[in-house]
Amino acid sequence: MEIQMKLNGKPVSGHVADDTSLLTFVRDQGCLSVKCGCETSCCGLCTVFLDDVPVLSCSVPAARAQGRNVTTLEGLREEAYDFAGFIADQGADQCGFCNPGTVMNAIALFRENPDPTEEEVREYLAGNLCRCSGYEGQQRGIMRFLEWRKSQ
Amino acid sequence: MSNEKMTSTQMPERVFGARTPEEQEKARVEIENRTSMLHAVGKPIRKKDAMQLLLGQAKYTNDLVPQDCLTVKLLRSPHANAFVEEIDTSAAMKVKGIEAIFTWEDVGQDGQRYTQAGQTYPEFSPYDRLVLDRHVRFAGDPVAIIAGEDEKTCMKAMRLIKVKYKVMEAVLDFTKALDNPVIVHPEENWLPMVQVCGDARRNLVSHEEFSEGDIDAVLDDCDVVVDRTYRTQACQQAMMETFRTFCTIDQFGRLDITSSTQIVFHVRRIVSNALHIPQRMIRVRKPRIGGGFGAKQTAISEVYPAFVTWMTKKPSMLNFTREESLTASSPRHQMQMHVRIGAMKDGLIRGIDLYTLSNTGAYGEHGPTTVGLSGHKSISLYGSAEAYRFVDDVVYTNHMSSGAYRGYGATQGIFAVESAVNELAQELGVDPVWLREKNMVREGQRMASYYGEATESCALDRCLSDVKRRIGWEENAPVKDLGNGKILAYGIGMSMQGSGISGVDVGSARIKLEDDGYYTLTVGSADMGTGSDTTLAQVAAEVLDCSPDRIVVFEADTDISPYDSGSYASSTAYVTGKAVEKAARQLRELILEKASQMLGQNVNELYFDGNKVYGEGKNSISLEQIGYGTQVSNNLALEVTETNSSPTSPPPFMVGAVELEIDKATGETKVRRYVSAVDCGTPLNSNLAKVQAEGGILQGIGMALTESITYNDRGKPIENSLMQYRIPTRQDIGHIEVELVSSYEERGPFGAKSIGEVVINTPGPAIQEAIYQATGKRFYELPITPEQICMAFKEKGAQKHE
Repeated sequence: MEIQMKLNGKPVSGHVADDTSLLTFVRDQGCLSVKCGCETSCCGLCTVFLDDVPVLSCSVPAARAQGRNVTTLEGLREEAYDFAGFIADQGADQCGFCNPGTVMNAIALFRENPDPTEEEVREYLAGNLCRCSGYEGQQRGIMRFLEWRKSQ
Repeated sequence: MSNEKMTSTQMPERVFGARTPEEQEKARVEIENRTSMLHAVGKPIRKKDAMQLLLGQAKYTNDLVPQDCLTVKLLRSPHANAFVEEIDTSAAMKVKGIEAIFTWEDVGQDGQRYTQAGQTYPEFSPYDRLVLDRHVRFAGDPVAIIAGEDEKTCMKAMRLIKVKYKVMEAVLDFTKALDNPVIVHPEENWLPMVQVCGDARRNLVSHEEFSEGDIDAVLDDCDVVVDRTYRTQACQQAMMETFRTFCTIDQFGRLDITSSTQIVFHVRRIVSNALHIPQRMIRVRKPRIGGGFGAKQTAISEVYPAFVTWMTKKPSMLNFTREESLTASSPRHQMQMHVRIGAMKDGLIRGIDLYTLSNTGAYGEHGPTTVGLSGHKSISLYGSAEAYRFVDDVVYTNHMSSGAYRGYGATQGIFAVESAVNELAQELGVDPVWLREKNMVREGQRMASYYGEATESCALDRCLSDVKRRIGWEENAPVKDLGNGKILAYGIGMSMQGSGISGVDVGSARIKLEDDGYYTLTVGSADMGTGSDTTLAQVAAEVLDCSPDRIVVFEADTDISPYDSGSYASSTAYVTGKAVEKAARQLRELILEKASQMLGQNVNELYFDGNKVYGEGKNSISLEQIGYGTQVSNNLALEVTETNSSPTSPPPFMVGAVELEIDKATGETKVRRYVSAVDCGTPLNSNLAKVQAEGGILQGIGMALTESITYNDRGKPIENSLMQYRIPTRQDIGHIEVELVSSYEERGPFGAKSIGEVVINTPGPAIQEAIYQATGKRFYELPITPEQICMAFKEKGAQKHE
């Protein structure tokens, strides 16, 4: 079937099968920041926004995005930039493979709850797995970013 | 060994155990003085690729796949031990879009076998594989390689392949594998490249024995002997990026492999051996890697698309699904360890005897080598032991093949020996920290069980002091009832690892001055997220008196990089790092030589401050001018390639202690604090060293509490998704607190040793001890689950009521 959507603000269209995932569709559109880590909605790597709500694109049929707004990290780099710097300053980026999904979901959290506690951060991002960092450095970076933003 | 003939009175005095607090403080100050002048090494700078990684711009294997690339899928055996009697692909080949399907009939069954283990040639792992073998040896062993225009096409074809198997009895219990009537590798062309006493007819991959002193006599003479058997299950590295490879044919007709690998040079040889084509026809390179932890020290995914592309001359790619990554990959070796440890009433540990049985699974990858670390890197923690023995057997079973996982056998052995030491403390009625202070290996001491090497750099005692203080050991340990149904329990463990494989690993670096005065550094190591591209640049920058920003790093391409064994065995910082230091030092000399030509002054009169070379008076020349000078009428290459091996493998050390919260009603556990101190020599980048430690500790916690690979009674692995194979989430952990407590390793670059592996080893014994302190029950097998803990509380309660 033919589908149309706004991807990072730009109208795109394409032919998809019934079972084409949104993950496959946005990667085919060149949004390579969106990674696949598990195929079973366990890892959080494929997080994108569907009408500004974070979803796991491996488990969303592309057809569900018909006529809607889809955002990937390619469309959020400006908003992500300062935050990313705080993670980089901890060296917690490590292999980087989980980073786009985690950064996306963190942005969703900050939009929803501008001043989360440490526990709220852990809860919101619980579905974003990371095997390199032990989360500690990510957590430090997130809390320092929040402090910095408050001081701005 | 001559020492064995000496009586104890003739033995030189052995100095072991922790130094006094004053001596420890003195050592700390000395090391701080030596490293305080460093301007690049040690600094917590950002990784060179950090922002690209964080903003999703870095390219991984899957992001670089060319257009019109064939998709490769593998039909895998559902049986643990079977013979492919008939395989019919005719219907599958009729599926539109199928390019090729290969079966055992396309692979010479009598040809030379190969190993997928990434090791220096000749490999210790036996050559026991074929690309497709008529005899399939684990549930997941490939039966057919399917290449088609997309995944859906391949999956449709896969369902149409008709296979008739002769299903045979399988060896599923590794304690019954040796001399089992079922032989995993009955074939004639099983080929050990190195003789390690293996005998495929006995399901025996290797057997080794090491000893010094008369261990039986010493243990007989001890007041207390703890005699226990421990077991650790296989565990998955579970890196976020699964195994991925794509292949093309280059402009010279060669096979060009891009893969998520830690070992480009070994992959070149492995593919050459597997496909029986010359190495000169193969190029291997790696882009960014989404984690490895040793998994990608084995060529798990490379051989199959290489076969397809070589046969069809068309590009092809293979992406392992998470299910394949969890069920047909290269997990940690399951091991069983029998420990006997003997001590006197005064707490002196006099002897350690260890027998390890390791399960390599269906193929021998890393089998003969991982097992060695279970002894060499556990027994050696105790400098007081006057005798030791370490014996190991590695056996084949019909489980998936094991491989390399961070810690590489040391993790298993340290769980056993450190748990036994904790139990010994209980038997002696002493504090486990005190027992370690009394017996631990000390800087300068020869370690009989560590190939006779000495600890030239060792801050293990300072690590222990530091952890003891920070966790509040004296006030808190061993256990506190919180009164709300929860208990806080404490446990501790020590750890050591190596820095590269002594006398084997090779690291190389090529460094070149470029025209406007920056440098390019080419290495063959693999930054798999660790940040080695950045830390190696920091080493070069230290020598060349410049910012690491001025060093551009290029890594791991077999056509371009100087040889490097690869990034494994904790080798990159120490082995490759030293090669970088050596190359940069020589380049400094060449810069002066070129400046001497340009300034017309003697080299001895010149001084280079990183930006300019100064001569007599006001005579000077900038690095930029020298750089351009290499491009005009020049006969002196400002480019150096250096290579480095080390005769020793200096161990990094670590101490970790856990504060574990346990729910008495449910058995649920949560690590509230994990307090640790790591001696990695001089950290090359304090941020990155710390994050390595934090990540490794959480993997160790996962192994202790949730992670395990289990098989059903027909040998099929059960944990086939991240829902069942439970790696820790950020809600499962309180805080991991890491301090870097440095020694100074003379052989390393600016005092550095390794960091990557040592950090995974302490949670096992520390958590086991904490659970004992809370429940009164000792568990001898990992992981220790809430169900088991809950039952232990029930038993304890029942005992109380009796």
